[in-house]
Amino acid sequence: MSAGKTVGVSGNRLARALLYSVLIVFAVYYLLPLYVMLVNSVKPLDEIRQGNMLALPDVFTLEPWARAWSSAQIGVQPTGLKPYFFNSILMVVPAVAISTVLGALNGYVLTKWRFRGDDIVFGLILLSCFIPFQIALIPAARILGMLGIAGTTQGLVLIHVVYGLGFTTLFFRNYYAAFPTELVRAAQIDGAGFFQIFRRILLPSSAPIIVVTVIWQFTNIWNDFLFGVSFGDFDSQPMTVALNNLVSSSGGVKEYNVHFAGAILAALPTLVVYIVSGRYFVRGLMAGAVKG
Amino acid sequence: MNRNRLQEIIPRLVLSPSMALILIFVYAFILYTFYLSMTDSRMLPSYGFVGFENYEKLWNLRHWWRALTNLAIFGTLYIVICSVLGLFLAILLDQKIRGEGFLRPIYLYPMALSFIVTGTAWKWFLDPGIGLENTMHQWGWASFEFAWIKDRTLAIYTVVIAAVWQSSGFVMAMFLAGLRGVDSEIIKAAQMDGASNVTIYRRIIIPMMRPVFLSAFVVLAHLAIKSYDLVVALTGGGPGQATELPATFMYSYTFTRNQMGIGASSAIIMLVMIFSIIIPYLYSELKPGRQR
Repeated sequence: MSAGKTVGVSGNRLARALLYSVLIVFAVYYLLPLYVMLVNSVKPLDEIRQGNMLALPDVFTLEPWARAWSSAQIGVQPTGLKPYFFNSILMVVPAVAISTVLGALNGYVLTKWRFRGDDIVFGLILLSCFIPFQIALIPAARILGMLGIAGTTQGLVLIHVVYGLGFTTLFFRNYYAAFPTELVRAAQIDGAGFFQIFRRILLPSSAPIIVVTVIWQFTNIWNDFLFGVSFGDFDSQPMTVALNNLVSSSGGVKEYNVHFAGAILAALPTLVVYIVSGRYFVRGLMAGAVKG
Repeated sequence: MNRNRLQEIIPRLVLSPSMALILIFVYAFILYTFYLSMTDSRMLPSYGFVGFENYEKLWNLRHWWRALTNLAIFGTLYIVICSVLGLFLAILLDQKIRGEGFLRPIYLYPMALSFIVTGTAWKWFLDPGIGLENTMHQWGWASFEFAWIKDRTLAIYTVVIAAVWQSSGFVMAMFLAGLRGVDSEIIKAAQMDGASNVTIYRRIIIPMMRPVFLSAFVVLAHLAIKSYDLVVALTGGGPGQATELPATFMYSYTFTRNQMGIGASSAIIMLVMIFSIIIPYLYSELKPGRQR
């Protein structure tokens, strides 16, 4: 891409050395909090209190991890984060699947089956990406109550599907806009129907955008806190809410090591996704910045 | 029904569930919250109409002004520092760096984390008792003081520190993509004319980043206005109300102080702030060059 572009520092050794040191300093800045969490999550508590937060552990222990996972006090119950981890999984998987499927179909309609007023429809959908969720908290609580799914995982799934639709539709619309419409028209002339064309012609070449959308939705929904804390019960509260309860519980001794282990547990799924497929993750972020 | 008519209806049929959900959960909710903001709702929605009384009360609350002032400080610093740092890192990384593929993901990974995790990590890192201050004392720098998080006037800056840590890598990625898209012919021509590297960046490349600046501004501004989780996890809005933002204000007035009318009116103000940034932006983004 930038082949042949030679602007910038080159040749000069001192400048190069300076450049690399600045870059490394920033790498340290970005890694430091993760390092601190990791190192302190395997120390016994008194070593944290007396010792240095940057020092490697004298005594290595996995006890904080075990406690964070299965026996730490979350709110009033000593359940650890485990049940909440599964709450999160049960919420994230259907929410991501449904919003992605709907987004794909919407994007397909909005680019290949255009109708009068479709740009207004798209505008309305797109704008929904940006609303402050505070505006929806009160009425959403009422609607979930009316539907009888207040405090349940289904309720959270519904909420996450709705507020993810804007993004998934945007991603697929931008992707399908570049897809040759002639192919769709030709298939139509051959007598192929709406769903047939989608399945046979668009879907086979949609893998990259599906990956981007799934990663984006997974990350956002897994990391959500506001909806989880507003609409979740013990049986449905996600990991982020449980982590916050764990960390901010006021009673007793503050078990920093358990907090750190819990924080890493809460971050692990999205971190793994990011490490495995960072390239797509970045692409998703870019697409989210309305670059079409 | 004849096949062609059916084929015409199917696309709209496919789009309609999403459209219905968005019309209800976004636009009807906005209207409902707006209506609530004109009522005497307290713990539960009630429909005694009071006109703009809640808005009057809202603008007379010191607490609300505090939240707005904090948003102004936080938002400005967050946007400016993220943009400057992001551009700076992108330019450095664009110098044909050997370990780019290694450094870039390190700069970017915080974006994959939940704000709750970020808040947890920075909370302890900034805590004078066990964090940075303590570490410096251990290393023998006894007079080192860093207790911003406990200080009423300085605590808001710790929110900036944590938020910049989380988002600046993303802005870096946006700028890097922009830099990689710059036409190398223009740069060669400028070099031929004897322009120095600094001049090329200052006069040619950075001005060409205008659209990236705009996108970054829009993304960061709306993230800043929506900021909720980070404050909850990092400071809980405190000490006192020192780090209260509109989003936390809305939540506490609506759900813990039982002033739903005022809470709703603050949500409306947040919506107005975001829309006054987003709508002109989307309008200018979507207007020209619509592909068919």
